[in-house]
Amino acid sequence: MTLLLAVTAGILFATGLYMMLRRSLVKILIGLLLLSYAVNLLLFSSGKLTPGKPPIISFTGASIITANYADPVPQVLILTAIVISFGLTAFAVVLILKAHQTIGVDDLDQLRATDVLSEEDHTRELDLEEIDHCESEGDE
Amino acid sequence: MIYFPILLPLVLSILSIFAWNSLRTQRVLAITGSFVLLLINFQVFLQVQQTGILHAQVGNWPAPFGITLVIDRLSAILLLTGSLVIFLAAIFSLSGIDSERARWGYFPLFHFLIVGVNGAFCSGDLFNLYVWFEVMLMASFVLMVLGSERRQLEGGLKYVILNLLSSILFLSAIGLTYHFTGSLNLAQLTINMRVISSQGIALLIAVLFLVGFGIKAAIFPFFFWLPASYHTPPITITALFSGLLTKVGVYALIRVFSLLFASQMEFLQPFLLILAGLTMVIGVLGAAAQTDFRRLLSFHIISQIGYLFLGFALFTKASLAAAIYFMVHVIFAKMALFFVAGLIEKKCGSFDLRRLGGLYRNSPILSIFFLIPALALAGIPPLSGFFAKLLLLLETIRLQKYGITIIALLVSLLTLFSMTKIWNEVFWKPPLEEGIKSPQTNHLTSPISMWIPIITLGLIVVLMGIFADPLINLTNAAAGSLLQPQTYIEAILGAGK
Repeated sequence: MTLLLAVTAGILFATGLYMMLRRSLVKILIGLLLLSYAVNLLLFSSGKLTPGKPPIISFTGASIITANYADPVPQVLILTAIVISFGLTAFAVVLILKAHQTIGVDDLDQLRATDVLSEEDHTRELDLEEIDHCESEGDE
Repeated sequence: MIYFPILLPLVLSILSIFAWNSLRTQRVLAITGSFVLLLINFQVFLQVQQTGILHAQVGNWPAPFGITLVIDRLSAILLLTGSLVIFLAAIFSLSGIDSERARWGYFPLFHFLIVGVNGAFCSGDLFNLYVWFEVMLMASFVLMVLGSERRQLEGGLKYVILNLLSSILFLSAIGLTYHFTGSLNLAQLTINMRVISSQGIALLIAVLFLVGFGIKAAIFPFFFWLPASYHTPPITITALFSGLLTKVGVYALIRVFSLLFASQMEFLQPFLLILAGLTMVIGVLGAAAQTDFRRLLSFHIISQIGYLFLGFALFTKASLAAAIYFMVHVIFAKMALFFVAGLIEKKCGSFDLRRLGGLYRNSPILSIFFLIPALALAGIPPLSGFFAKLLLLLETIRLQKYGITIIALLVSLLTLFSMTKIWNEVFWKPPLEEGIKSPQTNHLTSPISMWIPIITLGLIVVLMGIFADPLINLTNAAAGSLLQPQTYIEAILGAGK
């Protein structure tokens, strides 16, 4: 079972990484999703899988745990990680949608405006924006 | 007491959401709230100076099982520094944030960001640290794209994707740590990591943490999200990010490595030194090519992170003390420079160095308050940056790492060069040519709420230089306790462990 989980997690990591390296934004999103599933599986198997045992230790016996028991901690971790990655994914989806609507491209190679050294016409456009914004502030 | 640095901003955030329609209430809440936070963190700081370590078990679960909150000397210093700049940023955002953005939830997000930052500084549990990181990241994602300008969305995309990747790496490192040690409590892990049988596995986990935190701290091969995104949101948000976010990454590196991987540092050190050198050099070279005020300063963030990383990589008491002092210095100096850039934009309507000019004649006081943090960043005595760099370089010489000493000195020179570039372009160049924006008296808006943070930070930078000795004693004590985790362990798990 552990081997199966390990192989699955490995495949998910590999496919996720492959998708992350694509240029399309949606594929990158899918890559992120696959990677977060891979990590969840990794977390799940981190507690040494123990089938058929309770995740509780009784307080009646000695303070040292002798009986075989299932570790509840990884499941708590996954639950938290799933919730967090759900929220982050929801935000990422909306961001990509909004970016696609505003910028109109889905290709990372064309998303270079914030990286390249500012070109002349680009700055002019920005300047007007800044000044408008400045004046509207001043009127207040 | 220990819960207040986290609870107070959380309550403020919720209250701000309730006051959604009243910007006035939100602004009053932000100012008074962050002032109270400053007082609380000062009190926490004083307590930690007396007792060494403050800690609490959330929900009264005993130490290795429950979530532990710890404030030691390093956390206390950073909490105090953080809340001071948060207070100043709250004042600056009165006029630095347009009312459109403020109406769409700037202030609730501002407080949420602080919840995450303070939580990360207080956490004594690995998974809890991850959760605080996510709280901080989530708030920063939304702040980054708040306003939905084209540039913001584009920068935001790069920022979000790379930071999510770093969270994934961080989380896998946590999973592996738990698998091999059976604990997530940092104090317990310090003990459990020592008995890990295979050196290779410990190194693997260490490197996963290094990359995960390295992306957040923006060190050399992982920094590309920073210059692509930091210049896109309004300057108040950029200043806040530059002061807090990358520094939390460095803090997490220092905390986790000093507790968990102290015995791996010797092996990793040559690689870390190379990364530190490259971070410094590439950051400053990137800055030298820029003609936009904010982009130039963003590249400087990377270069300064290189110095912090150098202090971390050397991993001696003196170098860590220097790194902590440097971190406090760079938070103040960097935010001051961003605030000055914001005020200049307010006056003249541009961040483009080529389009600015003549500000020295127009406003000599502003020039002085630009010059103070700029020279501090370059490391001119008697300002704060001089002592930070001096301590760091003395330590590199003592350890006979002369290569990195020379690189650090050259980078200082280049920092000075790019600061003089700003000075020449913005302040000394004659104004009033065709196409160059110069401050006009009828258009001149320089609100008092922007001046207060700039002047305060300028004075702090000077005072940090003058009172360097007591401050260095404080950071020395913090670094000393970092390298002796035994007190940390005993405080949390009880004596005899």
